[in-house]
Amino acid sequence: MTVSDTRPPEEQVPAPPRPATSRPGWQGAVHRWLRSTSTGSSTFSVLVTAVLLVVLFGAGSIRYENFGYPQVALNLLVDNAYLIVLAVGMTFVILTGGIDLSSGAVVALGTVMAASLLQAGWPAPLVIAVVLATGALLGWLMGLAIHGLQLQPFIVTLAGMFLARGICFAISGPSIPIQDDLFTTVAINVVELPGGTFLSYGAVLALVVVAIAAFVLHRTRFGRTVYAIGGSESSAALMGLAVGRTKVGVYVISGFCSALGGLLFSVYILSGWSLHGIGLELDAIAAVVIGGTVLVGGRGLVVGSLLGVLVLGTIKALIDFDGGLNSWWTKITVGVLLLVFVVLQRVTGRNSGTAS
Amino acid sequence: MTDAPAPAPATATDTAARPADGLLARARRSPVLWAVAALAVLLLFNLVANPGFFALRFQDGHLFGNLVNVVKNVAPVLLIAVGMTLVIATRGIDLSVGAVLAISGSVAFTIVEGADDPSSGSTAALAIGVALAAGLVLGAWNGFLVSVVGIQPIIATLVLMTAGRGIAMLITDGNIVTAENPVFDWLGGGYVAGIPVQIVITGLVLLVVGVLTRRTALGVLIEAVGVNPAAARLAGVRARSITFTVYVFVAFTAAVAGLMVTANVSAADANRAGLFIELDAILAVVIGGTSLAGGRYSLTGTVVGALILQTLTTTVLTMGLPDEYIRLFKAVVIIMVFLLQAPRVRAALRRRRRPGPGSSTAPDGDAAAASGSVPPDPVRPASPVPAPGTGTVPGRTAEQEVLR
Repeated sequence: MTVSDTRPPEEQVPAPPRPATSRPGWQGAVHRWLRSTSTGSSTFSVLVTAVLLVVLFGAGSIRYENFGYPQVALNLLVDNAYLIVLAVGMTFVILTGGIDLSSGAVVALGTVMAASLLQAGWPAPLVIAVVLATGALLGWLMGLAIHGLQLQPFIVTLAGMFLARGICFAISGPSIPIQDDLFTTVAINVVELPGGTFLSYGAVLALVVVAIAAFVLHRTRFGRTVYAIGGSESSAALMGLAVGRTKVGVYVISGFCSALGGLLFSVYILSGWSLHGIGLELDAIAAVVIGGTVLVGGRGLVVGSLLGVLVLGTIKALIDFDGGLNSWWTKITVGVLLLVFVVLQRVTGRNSGTAS
Repeated sequence: MTDAPAPAPATATDTAARPADGLLARARRSPVLWAVAALAVLLLFNLVANPGFFALRFQDGHLFGNLVNVVKNVAPVLLIAVGMTLVIATRGIDLSVGAVLAISGSVAFTIVEGADDPSSGSTAALAIGVALAAGLVLGAWNGFLVSVVGIQPIIATLVLMTAGRGIAMLITDGNIVTAENPVFDWLGGGYVAGIPVQIVITGLVLLVVGVLTRRTALGVLIEAVGVNPAAARLAGVRARSITFTVYVFVAFTAAVAGLMVTANVSAADANRAGLFIELDAILAVVIGGTSLAGGRYSLTGTVVGALILQTLTTTVLTMGLPDEYIRLFKAVVIIMVFLLQAPRVRAALRRRRRPGPGSSTAPDGDAAAASGSVPPDPVRPASPVPAPGTGTVPGRTAEQEVLR
């Protein structure tokens, strides 16, 4: 515990070993060019995402009238608030080199629990507390299984996904409407912004979550340990960092964020249904990757995940605005974007290949 | 799970190549043991809860019964799981098999529907040929991303998983394509010598893979790639080609499974066909005792794992419970099998059975998990496996290191 923790997180991660001799061919040329244009590749990846977002939005504004209004941009936040919160939790997990496949199912569990408990007449604040605690508890259990029992995160959270969906079905198969005063008030009212624009309370909350996450990751011992584990778990343990507590902690955070995402989703859609949020975990992972976080862990910024969600949202909005394009183009575009960003990470980042 | 030693002889078959050191001891070490035990418990439960479960009838020259249904319904998942076993053995994973399945079915039925003579054999041959070719191309794409570009398997195949369903919907134009063709009817509900066609196909693929990987050096080479790709390459193993090939193969199995699934219902549904089948296939492999960290794999285990999942589903349905409960039961069984397979739990169980010098120094799982701070385990991987790549293998995450 005597390790100095005052350095910025980027430095704490062991620096990627520079190739002794530059790689030959076009790969090497691109590699050198990208190295020369950026100092920290995390920041660079986030910048690429930001540029992409601006380009996408700009293209939309030129192509479709009514797209360029500020409210359309703000609606990206309003419509994707739950996904932002989900992606924040996922960022923590992925930064340690893990993955959380249960988050979509925990969102559904959150909506079903909230709806059924409210229907049973529980007061709204208590319901919120119970839902959040359940999410954190599920995350804690998965974290214990992953760290304590040395099981792979992929498979543990997969079991967690089945469990959460199963509990959803056990509570209620059909969709339950939410008529609680607090929930509907939050859903209907908005925060007025200058220029006649507005944000929903959910969107504001999502932005607050992003800010808190950024603070935790960059200004606390816990956050720096997260980066250190992603860089190298054994090094982190040898440095005397609280590896176990942190690894369990990120899954608690992810579970909590998923439950919060579930609450935001239930406010957004005002119902609880066991089939809500199918495949949402993949959207969250895609957003995190597009936001520049490396899946092996150790590098990435939570702001990138926010931008990643907004990129996904912009693509959906563009396809909605077009009207002539079918919804499956969303999937294809997201797939192509994922590919572009992964290849970009591969070319710019450290050697993360497994098979070559 | 107290009747663990009972099914032991069954598990010993796939480790026959290893030097003899006591059948029981070997079986106890085998990770397949708990999967077989779980399957036995499930079947035992069925024996008590609904005795009709085991009834077999031979009618019109065909075999009928719940057990046949289990084996028949498991065919597509098992087929994919066989391919997935090889991929996971190379320390990879393929999330895109569900999408490949959907594309294969969509391609085949779109061709049949659009043909001049939808019911002719040549149409079916063309449809099957193009669908399988599409599977091979998609597999080659995944294999290229993983082995040549060097992207992590989980994210490389996530690309196709996301885009693949979109492509399938593009092919079917968002509709559910229905078509009637005798060849597909036969594929969906036909029999060969009284056994459903799908079981025969899956059995043949299983046999071919088993012989190819266990009677030649191929299996060892695949495991070598999974244990340490860099070392395998230095030892003269063509790691890149092997990795590429397993991805092509798993996509091929997914394409065949796609033909089965669409033939079953005579309709290609791009949106829902094979939804979550990748997760079932991965679960089957992992329940069967093959570690996601690569290396040693067990085809027998995969078969048992797939049978567990399907028996569970059939059990829930035959008991008259709504199918919503399948997931819950699945989760419970999976969690139990995983807990029993966990290295720490296994170590603790072994210690209890024969206390003495053989026991490992690892602390008890619960105690270490609860204490949390600076556990000794991340330092541990140095001791059990000395040589192969401790720490410096690129792309190998820390917790995988711990697992080895």
